[in-house]
Amino acid sequence: MSRAVVAAAASGALFGAGLAVSSMTDRSVVLGFLDVFGRWNPTLAFVMGGAVAVTAVLFRFVLKRAAPALGGEFRLPQRDDVDVRLLVGAAIFGIGWGLAGFCPGPSLVGVAAGVTDAWIFLPAMVAGSWIAGRVGAR
Amino acid sequence: MKYGDITATLQASNPDQVPVSLSNLTTNDWIAGLAGGALIGVAAVLLLWSIGRIAGISGIASGALEGARGDRAWRIAFLAGMMLTGALVLQFMPAPPRAQTGTTPLLLAAGFLVGFGTRLGNGCTSGHGVCGLGRLSVRSLAAVAVFMACAMATTFVARHVIGAAP
Repeated sequence: MSRAVVAAAASGALFGAGLAVSSMTDRSVVLGFLDVFGRWNPTLAFVMGGAVAVTAVLFRFVLKRAAPALGGEFRLPQRDDVDVRLLVGAAIFGIGWGLAGFCPGPSLVGVAAGVTDAWIFLPAMVAGSWIAGRVGAR
Repeated sequence: MKYGDITATLQASNPDQVPVSLSNLTTNDWIAGLAGGALIGVAAVLLLWSIGRIAGISGIASGALEGARGDRAWRIAFLAGMMLTGALVLQFMPAPPRAQTGTTPLLLAAGFLVGFGTRLGNGCTSGHGVCGLGRLSVRSLAAVAVFMACAMATTFVARHVIGAAP
């Protein structure tokens, strides 16, 4: 196993642990955040705030390097224009997220944890992504 | 009737109308939220530092299924690490219920929209949220604003207008 694969597995492990520790795998907690006019649960704001605080500070240092530590090159999105496809995609994602409270990461952890809702959600998510790929999205 | 009694009565008779407040959150909740968020941030930094990739789950997953063959191993390793460790940590946490809580049509529709939308918009809560905002990307900021607003509007309609969703 290459060092790159080990690094990716370690990153994924930290990511999954973070989702579980912060209850983001519980869609009722996520829906509690999205339901701003009900019994609002601000947990997700703390999770996103904590995560972005880390990336906003440390990405700067990482990107000062000429190349990633294990070789290859930085693969960052190059575009900086806000186009219709981005906004329509984000809107469609938001509607789905607001319906069930699952986004991709938590639904995958839910599948591994034996959460029935996630087992129903995931195949539909894969199908939606596949069809979007067929109609022109990358 | 004292003020406290009145608010208690209001809350009991109409739990949806509790004012927006941080008091719904225990100290443990927000500390766990910040700590979990920091772990997610460190995971994204590790991935970028080590192999130069953005930790966006929707992109990693679609690439693992449909991407170039030589570019799949790290994606599968990331997803396996995330799923196994997440499920393991949930053994020691208040975990979400295993039994079905949402209706099947709602979960299927939501899954389809999330898969379609994240592919079309090139990212989800992690790629645009955690990583894109960290990079100060204008595209990601726009995407996050739109998906947050649409998600909140959808939850509002589902819970308070239709009154159907969980």
